[in-house]
Amino acid sequence: MKKKSENVVKWILIGISVVFFLLMLVWPLFEVIFRAVADGWETYSAALTADNTVSALQVTLIATVIALVVNTFFGVVAAWLVTKFDFRGKNVLSTLIDIPFSISPVIAGLAYIMTFGRSGWATPLIDKINELLGTDISLVFSVPGVVLATIFVTFPFISREIIPILHAQGKDEEEAASMMGASGFTIFRKITFPHIKWGLLYGMILCTARAFGEFGAVYAVSKARGKTFTLPLEIDALYMAGSSDSITQAFAVSSLLVGMAVIVLVFKNIVEYKAKKKEEE
Amino acid sequence: MKKGSVTKTKSIIPGFGMTMGITVAMLSLLVLIPLASVLAYSFRLSWQEFTELITRPNVVQAFVTSIFCALAAAVINCVFGVILAWVLVRYDFPGKRLMDGMIELPFALPTAVAGITLTKMYSNTGFLGRALERAGIGAAYSKTGIIIAMVFIGIPFVVRAIQPVLEKLPESLEEASTMLGASRLKTFRSIIFPEIRPALLTGFGLALARGIGEYGSVIYISGNSEKNGTQVVSYVIMQKLNAGNVDYEGAAAIALVLLIISFLMLFAINIIQHVASRRTNA
Repeated sequence: MKKKSENVVKWILIGISVVFFLLMLVWPLFEVIFRAVADGWETYSAALTADNTVSALQVTLIATVIALVVNTFFGVVAAWLVTKFDFRGKNVLSTLIDIPFSISPVIAGLAYIMTFGRSGWATPLIDKINELLGTDISLVFSVPGVVLATIFVTFPFISREIIPILHAQGKDEEEAASMMGASGFTIFRKITFPHIKWGLLYGMILCTARAFGEFGAVYAVSKARGKTFTLPLEIDALYMAGSSDSITQAFAVSSLLVGMAVIVLVFKNIVEYKAKKKEEE
Repeated sequence: MKKGSVTKTKSIIPGFGMTMGITVAMLSLLVLIPLASVLAYSFRLSWQEFTELITRPNVVQAFVTSIFCALAAAVINCVFGVILAWVLVRYDFPGKRLMDGMIELPFALPTAVAGITLTKMYSNTGFLGRALERAGIGAAYSKTGIIIAMVFIGIPFVVRAIQPVLEKLPESLEEASTMLGASRLKTFRSIIFPEIRPALLTGFGLALARGIGEYGSVIYISGNSEKNGTQVVSYVIMQKLNAGNVDYEGAAAIALVLLIISFLMLFAINIIQHVASRRTNA
């Protein structure tokens, strides 16, 4: 009797989960694909090869790669600092690093506009530097601005993944290596890196996903379609144009990002699986 | 400021100065100084101007909408998040691996894509939207739509916060409780729930913080109508940055209030995690 009612509860809970899963996560994916090819294959490929789409893809790739490199470097350095040393203000520092994670991306864009925009306080400084170097670099409403906004929103992604791993590992091994005369870089490469390898990769995957999909922060600092637009901004422009053709095009470009998202998920699961296996060894 | 602080116990691991320098420099240049500009900008306003800007009816309404919808979505996510995490940890069924692997889809799928897709799904252009409309529920272009979008982006936070805690919780605990005659509800309430509470609160806090500041996934399905109260705070800020009606002061003032809310929540989450980790270490 008891067993039976337990089974009923089990299948009710599984049922709720499956319905939620299909409705909220699976259906939207198919909706994108279905709408992308609604007007046939030719319209679909034309949308993907349009000049604006190609330019947006380039800007997206540039921003993603730079954000990934910068944040990986920062994440490793910051995680080393926070987990291998004791110093005053460590908790404050950890909290500050996590800021971009919990604030609105629109504020990130706003922050760069107010620093480097027309009336931003750092603008005269940038003008001076441009004058000195004979360059014409603008840090908002430009590709560098898009890159900066992307770095901002993904800033803590990698440190967040490695810090717990390094905390759990402790610092005995590094201390021993240091006593035996190993240099900092050797210690990192030979001792620390093998521990954080999978966590680091996992963080990099999350960072990539967020970077190519960022919308709010980039939208604030990017206004030139075909020049500084990323794929999400191009999708927005197509969708907001409002005609049924352009909405189909918006979904066609979206299908690219759905493809990227699925690749990210597959990678993430492989990395998680490998990390788990290593843990069990 | 932080650079001058002394190490409590001198570490023999090399690299303190260098990593501290790089961390503080990058954090300051990329995050803290730009954010401080928002503060500086809003401090240019007098107190009266500031309060006038943030108490305008449309601004107050946007805050109410953002906070109300984010709260509702976070509560919904807690319910479904616990069920999903429980099912994924405790039961075996076909397709479980796939479900587990796809929980983070909302993190991987760009918010703009999620936004336009959910809009088309739930408005009268979609099968689901039409069915709901016939049932008298207009999901898109209303607060319901905003909540749907926020549930979508918030669900992974809750599931991923609870899952590891449930995995560590031995099944024998529940078995013992049932054997001693406790009902299933009582077992959940007095054995399982206290264990997952800190994780649930963390997930709730993260989902809430994300929802309050959310832009991309919300702005299409919301309809952004001032009359219907479907403008969210991020949308109101973004409107003030658009060419034609640029209002940096107004944007900075609203952003400051939003920042303060976010900081308070970040602070609360850190305290919860701190208390929880002390409890498990004890």
